[in-house]
Amino acid sequence: MISAISSLALLGLALGIMLGYAAKYLKVEAGALVQEIEAMLPGSQCGQCGYPGCGPAAEAVANAKAAVTLCPPGGRALAQSLAAKLGVSADLSDMEDQVPQVAFVNEQLCIGCTKCFKRCPTDALIGANRQIHVVIKDACTGCGKCVDICPTESIQMRDVPLTLENWYWPKPDALQLAS
Amino acid sequence: MSTPPPLIGGPFLKQSPSVSHIMLVVMLALTPATLYGLFQFGLPALYLFLVTIAASLLAEGLWLKLAGRPALPALGDGSAILTGWLLALTLPPWAPWWIGVIGAFIAIIIGKQIFGGLGQNLFNPAMVARVVLLISFPFHMTYFIHPVPLFQQGAPGPLESLAVTFGYGVGPAIDTLSSASVLGHVKTEIDRGTAWADAFATTFDMHGLVFGAVPGSLGETSAPLLLLGGLLLLGARLITWHIPLSMLGMIAALAALFNAIDPLAYPDALTHLLSGATVLGAFFIATDLVTSPVSATGKIVFGAGCGALVYIIRTWGGYPEGMAFAVLLMNAATPLIDRYTKPRVYGRTRRGTPLVHEEASK
Amino acid sequence: MKLFRIRGGVHPEGRKRLSEDQPIEELPLPELLHVPLQQHIGAPAVAIVSKGDKVKKGQVIATAQGNISAPVHAPSSGTVVGLGRYAAPHPSGLPGRTITIRTDGLEEWAELPAALDAFTADPKDIAKRVSESGVVGMGGATFPSSVKLNLGQRYDLHTLIINGAECEPYLTCDDRLMRECANDITKGVRIMARALNVKRTIIAIEDNKPSAIRGMSQAASAYDDVTIIEVPARYPMGSEKHLTQTLLGLETPARGLTADIGAVVHNVATAFAVFEAVTKGIPLISRIVTVSGEAITRPSNLRVLIGTPVAKLIEHVGAYSSEPERLLLGGPMMGQPLMDLKVPLVKGTNGVLALAGLQAATQVTTTSCIRCASCVDACPCGLVPLDMAAAIRKEEMEMATKSGLMDCVGCGSCAYVCPSNIPLVQYFNYAKGRITAVQRTEHKQKETKRLADQRTERMERQAAAKREAMEKRKAEQAQKKAAQQAAQHQEQEKVSA
Repeated sequence: MISAISSLALLGLALGIMLGYAAKYLKVEAGALVQEIEAMLPGSQCGQCGYPGCGPAAEAVANAKAAVTLCPPGGRALAQSLAAKLGVSADLSDMEDQVPQVAFVNEQLCIGCTKCFKRCPTDALIGANRQIHVVIKDACTGCGKCVDICPTESIQMRDVPLTLENWYWPKPDALQLAS
Repeated sequence: MSTPPPLIGGPFLKQSPSVSHIMLVVMLALTPATLYGLFQFGLPALYLFLVTIAASLLAEGLWLKLAGRPALPALGDGSAILTGWLLALTLPPWAPWWIGVIGAFIAIIIGKQIFGGLGQNLFNPAMVARVVLLISFPFHMTYFIHPVPLFQQGAPGPLESLAVTFGYGVGPAIDTLSSASVLGHVKTEIDRGTAWADAFATTFDMHGLVFGAVPGSLGETSAPLLLLGGLLLLGARLITWHIPLSMLGMIAALAALFNAIDPLAYPDALTHLLSGATVLGAFFIATDLVTSPVSATGKIVFGAGCGALVYIIRTWGGYPEGMAFAVLLMNAATPLIDRYTKPRVYGRTRRGTPLVHEEASK
Repeated sequence: MKLFRIRGGVHPEGRKRLSEDQPIEELPLPELLHVPLQQHIGAPAVAIVSKGDKVKKGQVIATAQGNISAPVHAPSSGTVVGLGRYAAPHPSGLPGRTITIRTDGLEEWAELPAALDAFTADPKDIAKRVSESGVVGMGGATFPSSVKLNLGQRYDLHTLIINGAECEPYLTCDDRLMRECANDITKGVRIMARALNVKRTIIAIEDNKPSAIRGMSQAASAYDDVTIIEVPARYPMGSEKHLTQTLLGLETPARGLTADIGAVVHNVATAFAVFEAVTKGIPLISRIVTVSGEAITRPSNLRVLIGTPVAKLIEHVGAYSSEPERLLLGGPMMGQPLMDLKVPLVKGTNGVLALAGLQAATQVTTTSCIRCASCVDACPCGLVPLDMAAAIRKEEMEMATKSGLMDCVGCGSCAYVCPSNIPLVQYFNYAKGRITAVQRTEHKQKETKRLADQRTERMERQAAAKREAMEKRKAEQAQKKAAQQAAQHQEQEKVSA
């Protein structure tokens, strides 16, 4: 009996010491993880996640304060990659595949005040004082900052239309039997 | 067109077999051997057979109801009946009714439904049930009798058979018929030091072995009829030749090898192939679609493994018949076999890198 | 010649008897022709006509854009009445940019380029002529043929394979073309061989087309370097990769071209189009189409002008004899559902089918996979469809790609054999589309990130420049002040002195 107690105790001690060393010397630098996550986020600082920018959002995700599903522009694909990076399983059932949206300036209402393009994080709005502004669709991330600031409400968010170029077959789920 | 069909691409043609069709053909293939076995072992065997199948259907229906799923489509696909049928074939023919019922419930619920239903189970349901029964009720599961064909003198009539199956199955009239199965007898005798051929010759003969007039479970009787059924399955392209051939080949090879080493202690290949559940197992049990590997190489590995394990368990293991254990052990290895025996993809090497040809670009 | 076996494959009932003995009929000229600008793989063509322009038959109405593209020609003479969105022959039902011509019934030809003697011209000129004539792969792939003809310059090619397999059930357009125009096809084949600079040509025809084999053998008998080979009728024998494997015993390397193994494959109808383009200067403005199916009154093979609405074809063959269960463009294995009868016929449309009496195709209930491995046995590419489909159902696209999704040719043999009616190939097509869409989104995200970073940088630069300017001004002002003070001092001293 003594041998059993002492052998298990020794084993426990040895493993505990190993764990201690591992915790100290094999620790993953938290900072590196935050930077990697920030690199994965869209980087347009749109604020839709509730954090003041992609940097603070990355920190929150890294420290598990925010869910991986926090970023609407990133969508399902981003949530999946974040989940994979952190090694957690994510409940993606709530995330509907948001149809990507881009801004559109209604030329009848635009007064050329230049407030919107100064705010656009990707310079997707072109314009100058007293000239009608226009959106470069390819650069627009749909963050919506321009919509908020426009004094005449001439900017709307519109769904990116489905064309022959971006259409793809739907998932054949409708055929499944309920079994 | 009245309502437009959901948007789906081709193909818009289909080959005919559906899942129920597959089940039906397997049942058809089993019929000759089953009928013969029922004839050999009489009405008690028939009652047990029917009780087992009825219990399988009941088990599946109950489970589906509890799970809130529609019962009819799943019950209608014939998989429950087939599981019950195969289980009944591996039971001692005069076993009491509750063996059949417990076995059916274990097979359907523990062997299949808790994994997620059809197609999701890891182990062959009938074999799971048989093994559980064997370990839990060793007496009833090893109580074999000499075949007493229907209509022959001494065969129990309908009422007597009811007493056999629904009573306790064992009684003075029955004791005179009881006997060990072929393999059981041979194994005990070998352990006692008798040469296997002598042990074999005293109680059985080859004719009996081939034509099923030997003690054993229902499915161990007629090797030729089972072989016929197996060929039907092969012809209908429901199974491929890989598993039966590799399994039977492995058993024959090992038997021949050891028989050559010590002709007295080890039965020869033909005896091994014809006795026990060898043919049944090779064509109907090991080839179970859900639990066997998907690629041709995988199937050969699987079949060879089953054959080797059957031989090892029969010869050196604690049980005279190793089919159920062998199949279950190889079922556990199937995902591993599948992972390492993937077919080679067109245009790539076995490792997955693209092929390189000498006639490269200029 | 020794043939090699392909793995897997299926053997659906051919059902070609419905239309194989119907000689090619000319479809009467329709009133309106809707000519899409994207009828080929690659960048869409760019229109060079406007509404109201009068065009002649064979005139260029849209030019190719870039290297992988093809021009579009007016299929008949008339007036351009529309240039805009029109329903495209696409399963999505979405519109595409289309030029609509109202025909004037005169069929006046434009001035066509002069005939080119293939055997004295430069191979590059042959390819150029093929390109200018808008010839694309007519087996359905619609890859610009001139690009393939130019492969001879970059690769060491030894064989030209002409695909006369036509493995899809119901379709007989290539069969009839081979029976009726064998000499022209063979001449076109030789022109292509010259352009590619190959030593031998094989014309492969499935063994279910004996008359075509006879006709083509006769036509080819005059030439030593052209051989007609009978290949077993098995789907997907017409797949480029598998036809090459059958004939040469070599497999196209994954993610590579057939040219990597020294061969180029073209369809028989493409060869015919090349013949017309090179020897007569006629651009690709018409093609043979099979209109067939149990629900069609009179299954036929029609010569149709590009841009003809599908409704006209169905009308011409006596419309429906019974209610069709499925309307398809192409074959029943890889064809697309036909969404609207007003869509036009394009360069790659080889069949219009109205199917009825389908036993299982209308049975849309799917049951669980029983791991029967019928799909593994049927897959001609050696994949494991059941594993890939299970991964895709769980949206694990990476797992599916690792299992070989990108090596799938989309033939549909797996879905054809599945006893549980699982939509296997449909899962794969969905997954391929989804992966591309995700890649597009990722690319866009990277780009927008770059833009956002650039903007931040610019802002910082502007702020820094502003700061610098302010500092400079401050310094200047300080200097000025100091100079002023110094001047004042001097004056004071002067006065006091």
